[in-house]
Amino acid sequence: MRSQRNLFIGAFLCVLFLVAAVVSFVWTPYDVTQLNIANKFQPPGMPHVFGTDHFGRDIFSMLMVGARTSIAVALVAVSIGILFGVPLGLFAAANRNTLIDEIIMRGNDLVFAFPALLIAIMITAVFGPGALNAIIAIGIFNIPVFARLSRAAALSLWERDFILSARVSGKSSMRISVEHILPNLLNLLLVQGTIQFSLGVLAEAGLSFVGLGAQPPIPSWGRMLAESQTFISFASHVVIFPGLAIVLTVLGLNLLGDGLRDYFDPKLRQSIPELKKHGGTH
Amino acid sequence: MFRRFSALLLGLAITAGTVQAAQTDITIGMQLEPPNLDPTAGAAAAIDEVVYANVFEGLTRFASDGSVKPALAESWEISDDGLTYTFTLQSGVTFHDGSTFNAEDVKFSLDRSRAENSTNAQKQLFDGIESIEVPDLQTVVINLSAPNGALLFNLAWGDAIVMSPDTFDKAKTEPVGTGPFKFSRWVQGDRIELEKNPEYWGASAKLEKVTFKFISEPTAAFAALMAGDVDAFPVYPAPENLAQFEADPRFSVVVGSTEGETILSTNNKQAPFDNKLVRQAVAHAINRQEIIDGAMFGYGTPIGTHFAPHHPAYKDFTDNSSYDVDKAKELLKEAGFEDGFKTTLKLPPPSYARRGGEIIAAQLRQVGIEAEISNLEWAQWLEQVFRGKDFGLTIVSHTEPMDIGIYARPDYYFQYDNADFQKLISDLTLETDEEKRNIMFQEAQEIIAADYVNGYLFQLAKTGVANAKIEGLWENSPTQANDMTEVFWND
Repeated sequence: MRSQRNLFIGAFLCVLFLVAAVVSFVWTPYDVTQLNIANKFQPPGMPHVFGTDHFGRDIFSMLMVGARTSIAVALVAVSIGILFGVPLGLFAAANRNTLIDEIIMRGNDLVFAFPALLIAIMITAVFGPGALNAIIAIGIFNIPVFARLSRAAALSLWERDFILSARVSGKSSMRISVEHILPNLLNLLLVQGTIQFSLGVLAEAGLSFVGLGAQPPIPSWGRMLAESQTFISFASHVVIFPGLAIVLTVLGLNLLGDGLRDYFDPKLRQSIPELKKHGGTH
Repeated sequence: MFRRFSALLLGLAITAGTVQAAQTDITIGMQLEPPNLDPTAGAAAAIDEVVYANVFEGLTRFASDGSVKPALAESWEISDDGLTYTFTLQSGVTFHDGSTFNAEDVKFSLDRSRAENSTNAQKQLFDGIESIEVPDLQTVVINLSAPNGALLFNLAWGDAIVMSPDTFDKAKTEPVGTGPFKFSRWVQGDRIELEKNPEYWGASAKLEKVTFKFISEPTAAFAALMAGDVDAFPVYPAPENLAQFEADPRFSVVVGSTEGETILSTNNKQAPFDNKLVRQAVAHAINRQEIIDGAMFGYGTPIGTHFAPHHPAYKDFTDNSSYDVDKAKELLKEAGFEDGFKTTLKLPPPSYARRGGEIIAAQLRQVGIEAEISNLEWAQWLEQVFRGKDFGLTIVSHTEPMDIGIYARPDYYFQYDNADFQKLISDLTLETDEEKRNIMFQEAQEIIAADYVNGYLFQLAKTGVANAKIEGLWENSPTQANDMTEVFWND
């Protein structure tokens, strides 16, 4: 089946980068903070699989450590989105059609209306560049995505019979949200989380590209791309490999997200065609 | 049929004729756009790079070799006590708006620049001028309170150009000068156009039209040159691409000198850099050649003090701070920082700073100093580092000519305060004898080198790329300028 093949390819790519990131904590082929100017622009091959950059650093090692930066930023940013967005959405759904629901959702719209990358640039410009501020900036823009998603899904659940029976048995709406609605949202959150994760990786690369992400000497894919632009005409490998890393990771996460969605519930495909649009940070 | 054919031939001949006539317009690429066009109202190098010697002129000017030449002043006499300078002005000079230039304009411009409320960025150039007199319209007399050996040099700066009292207030957007080119149009964010001044008093320009195009991205600069959208990039921002231009017969690459001393500026008032031993340790931890190779792809001359190597008074102090990791570690131990310390390294956008900073951070790590890099935009850098003095280390190129005097200003951003040095510089200002001045310059170089005020890295090279048919561009950069008077196409 096609969707299962997608799931497999996606999972494979994701695991690949995850392994690279985890292994980089204990081992990289070369030290990424060690410069060796005399050894610059070595072409791909042996002993540097992907060649070396303008400071003679091993590109393969840098990509491994860069995966760590990307994954860490995206993971924490998505967690922030889920941690704040889901309770907000559930709370709004529990108090549907009240003023509080209105306030929460219009507040979400407000954050949603801004181009995420622009606000991220503003945040890092005010509080200074760095991985931490990039995480916060990307995280804030994940909140309305999850708030909307969980509210919309919760609203339809509130109409279901098993919720009605829970209400009849005297459970508070808060308890119902946590005990009955949240477990039914988990699949949806996992799918959306995967897609938001890929957007987080892209956003981190974008911020680093304009110099607002992780600062040197911590390698970051976006900054590797930005720094090597002028080398493309004579040492293209310095540009190609970080570019490929970003493309393959984002592709992998998207395939994984799609595959998971199909795997969990084929019917889900009809009920959430708008899923991806929620994640439109660009 | 034959008639039609000959008409075609005629047509071909006409087009061929126009192709053969030498091109008379040129497009010059620049990385930064000037904030305004009034060189007396801003410190930005880009202002002078557009208007100096093209639109505006002063009494004297810098020639391409850095020597001071007469400009609006035809000749001058200096009194025996060195206190009175009498300038005889060029005759038949008009401003671009048609009004006549005379001595009153000179007096007005200089008085305005040295006035108490003047916003001139280089006000110190006019220090010591007591009064300016105009005995007749062709003569200007400058009276000094004390002899000043650098007066003619100071008057050659872009900050000392002459404007008319009628048009000075519009100079920021519509400059009116006396130069060989007239300002014609400024398309904000894109380009500035100048056209030939047919009424110019001197040898007239060879080009009819000059366009300065602003391209900040090095990648875009590369593409613009390759596509022929830009004919020359006098200060090409990406040294890594020079080898490609050199290999291409369509282009000529000229590597000259600039007045840009690129230094690791050190906050002399911030601990631990207030300790000379620490600054000395930093100096010995730096491997200049590695920085020049890694950040500038080999372009640049190592320096050991704050002085241009091509100047006759330059003394080589690079051995004073030679690369020696063991010595650096010992010095740190002596200073009580055996385990190193943490500091900040704030970097402005140019690649010499960003790349150089990464290399220096790696070199400092070898001796145990952890320099935390933060990359800043120019506005932030000016705010935090230059004005706010909130930094440990930073890298910047000081491109003004003969600017060792900044070390005599204790409030300058690196905050070096040495009374002996300040005395030496004020003595130097009073000295008019060239030879004695050079000896004093050498003393000044030695003091700051021995005090390890800053880490002295390299003299910035002027890496110019131009269409191979263009002639007359400056090879070196004795001041911030793109003098287009002598430039022409040699087809």
